[in-house]
Amino acid sequence: MTRTNLMAGTILATALSAVIATGAAAQTELSMWYHGAGGEVESAIINRIVDDFNASQDDWAVELQSFPQGSYNDSIIAAALAGNLPDIIDVDGPVMPNWAWSGYLQPLPLDESVIENFLPGTKGEWNGELYSIGLWDAAVAMVTRRSYLEDNGIRIPTLEEPWTREEFDAALVTLEETGEFQYPLDVGMAWTGEWYPYAFSPLLQSFGGDIVDRESYATAEGALNGDAAIEFGEWWQSLFERDLVPGTSQDPADRETGFVEGKYAISWNGNWAAVPILAEYGDDTLFLPAPDFGEGPVIGAASWQFGVSATSEHPEGAAAFIEFALQDEYLAEFSDGIGLIPATPTAAEMTENYAEGGPMAVFYELSEEQARLRPVTPGYVVAAKVFEKALADIANGADVIDTLDAAVDEIDADIERNQGYGH
Amino acid sequence: MAQIDPSNRGLRLAARYAVLVLIAVIFIFPLVFMVVSSLKPDQQLLSDTGSLRAFLPVGDIGLGNYAAAFQRAPVGLFIFNSVLVTGITVVLSLLVCSLAAFAFVFLEWRGSGLLLSVILATLIVPFETIAIPLLLIVNQLPWIGLDGLSTGWLNSYRVQILPFVSDGLTIFLFVQYFRDLPRELIEASRVEGASWWMIYRRIVMPLAGPVLATAAILKFLVMYNQYLWPLMVVQEEGYRPVMVGLQYFFQLNRAWGEIMAYLSLITLPVLAFYFVLQRAFISSIASTGVKG
Repeated sequence: MTRTNLMAGTILATALSAVIATGAAAQTELSMWYHGAGGEVESAIINRIVDDFNASQDDWAVELQSFPQGSYNDSIIAAALAGNLPDIIDVDGPVMPNWAWSGYLQPLPLDESVIENFLPGTKGEWNGELYSIGLWDAAVAMVTRRSYLEDNGIRIPTLEEPWTREEFDAALVTLEETGEFQYPLDVGMAWTGEWYPYAFSPLLQSFGGDIVDRESYATAEGALNGDAAIEFGEWWQSLFERDLVPGTSQDPADRETGFVEGKYAISWNGNWAAVPILAEYGDDTLFLPAPDFGEGPVIGAASWQFGVSATSEHPEGAAAFIEFALQDEYLAEFSDGIGLIPATPTAAEMTENYAEGGPMAVFYELSEEQARLRPVTPGYVVAAKVFEKALADIANGADVIDTLDAAVDEIDADIERNQGYGH
Repeated sequence: MAQIDPSNRGLRLAARYAVLVLIAVIFIFPLVFMVVSSLKPDQQLLSDTGSLRAFLPVGDIGLGNYAAAFQRAPVGLFIFNSVLVTGITVVLSLLVCSLAAFAFVFLEWRGSGLLLSVILATLIVPFETIAIPLLLIVNQLPWIGLDGLSTGWLNSYRVQILPFVSDGLTIFLFVQYFRDLPRELIEASRVEGASWWMIYRRIVMPLAGPVLATAAILKFLVMYNQYLWPLMVVQEEGYRPVMVGLQYFFQLNRAWGEIMAYLSLITLPVLAFYFVLQRAFISSIASTGVKG
């Protein structure tokens, strides 16, 4: 090869690499943080969505960083302080208003038509604006065995006709009197943290109370210590006094396996725990709707959702990725992979568990019919912890009225300290 | 009822050993539970917790949890990061804090008493109270690296190391130990013409074995167990330490066997470090009364 040819080749190669580099650089990088590190299936799916998105267009390239769920929120708060939030973040539904109020999130520029068929619990709206959207929802049901109820002459409740409070109590007493179970009901007292407000505040709401007053979001007075709340508190305490449920000292191992081992007749549990139970009991498994304590049956709603950080300089790119991720194909893949409820009916039909006639289809109906968001306020993060402590104290025998009054005072003081959280 | 004859040394020794063995068993049982549980499938692990079987390698035993743990998280990377950060911090800390203590004890300079008091006062300040200001500071610090000058130390090893190189407790340990060294030794060396550096290197530090071991172990434990700080300053997986990595195993449906396997793996460096230094550590406890 002559010297001239060598030079020409070099120039050509340089030019070619410049062209390739220019092509690659044309994609603006979007950083994204996700809470699913350690979840192999979950990580594989989110990585695939990112890869598909990056390959589907030339404008944006999403760079994913996964965090373990237990440390994710703290990492976000630290990053917000340091001013290095990524473009796209995911946020737990009930925490979203706090992050929006704190200035971590900006409204999500997504057309309403894109999400009109989504389950209500998947839409993260606050102050009249959409801030986040979820690919799935979670639901809670009473899990039991058909044979337990039929053998003891207990009516099987339906969505249309759930158990009343009297029926529910009578069923628990009947199951207790069989002597076959350590407890007739397990509500999961060993699962401290967000489980308490997620799983137990719907019971309070069914009595007619709530964690805070949703009309104003300025106080918990009347909602958490009114007549309905006191009635709920006394019923809640009676469950423990009558030995119908294990208390706060429940062994976490029993919470995990107690129902499958036959220690409990009914388990108040999430759809994420349904797969091993179905594997154990098959067709004998029943997922029952929440009882109606007077104001209609209620279960919790809202799981993890995607949003755009307030500091993102490319909200349109972030929104483009989120819209891309909302395809039924991915919703169904997540559902099949991690067992959660797909956000749309069309995606549900594509899944193994939630398609019509599927073993967990009832959870989709429960989400649609009974789900109620936890209080949509930035103050929820504090109120939830106060509520958790109050319920544990009442379960341990504390005076119901005093405990609820103290909880109201604490929540109100926090709201006042934060100038009403912008409501 | 049989009485132990106080003059019977054999029986007294046996009774003493029986008590010591009992105490040792109580302390070692959590470790045994952890290692044994790491070998069991979840279902068996949970059902065994109610009986003595929890401490016995019985039933369906295997290494499946270890394989699954490595699959779920980059365990080797997390251990490497923690050992690297901890090792460098311990070495730098021993050097810097012993030099500081040397200056406080052997050099005479104005304000040393006041400054030492201020440093010791930091012992009562919990790290949580300074975490956020520290985050804001390290986020603005400059750094010259291969890419030139940059601002902010987040996502690096240095941000996990440098803020912890010096601390009040380690300086206090060295100060206490140095004060017990015979002053005559230092004065004689000065008369002989030794420089302060030579005294530090040739006389003081060779005598400081026990305090070096104690300070190293205490610092090792603090650094190896770091959680809050790396959580705040490290967002890239490549720099995460073991304690943040532990969170990878707390999923909706917890795999307890994998958690136990991971805990067993990350405990190994701690045990190894302690075994290497235990003789000097015990000697230091005996002489200073300080323990971890």
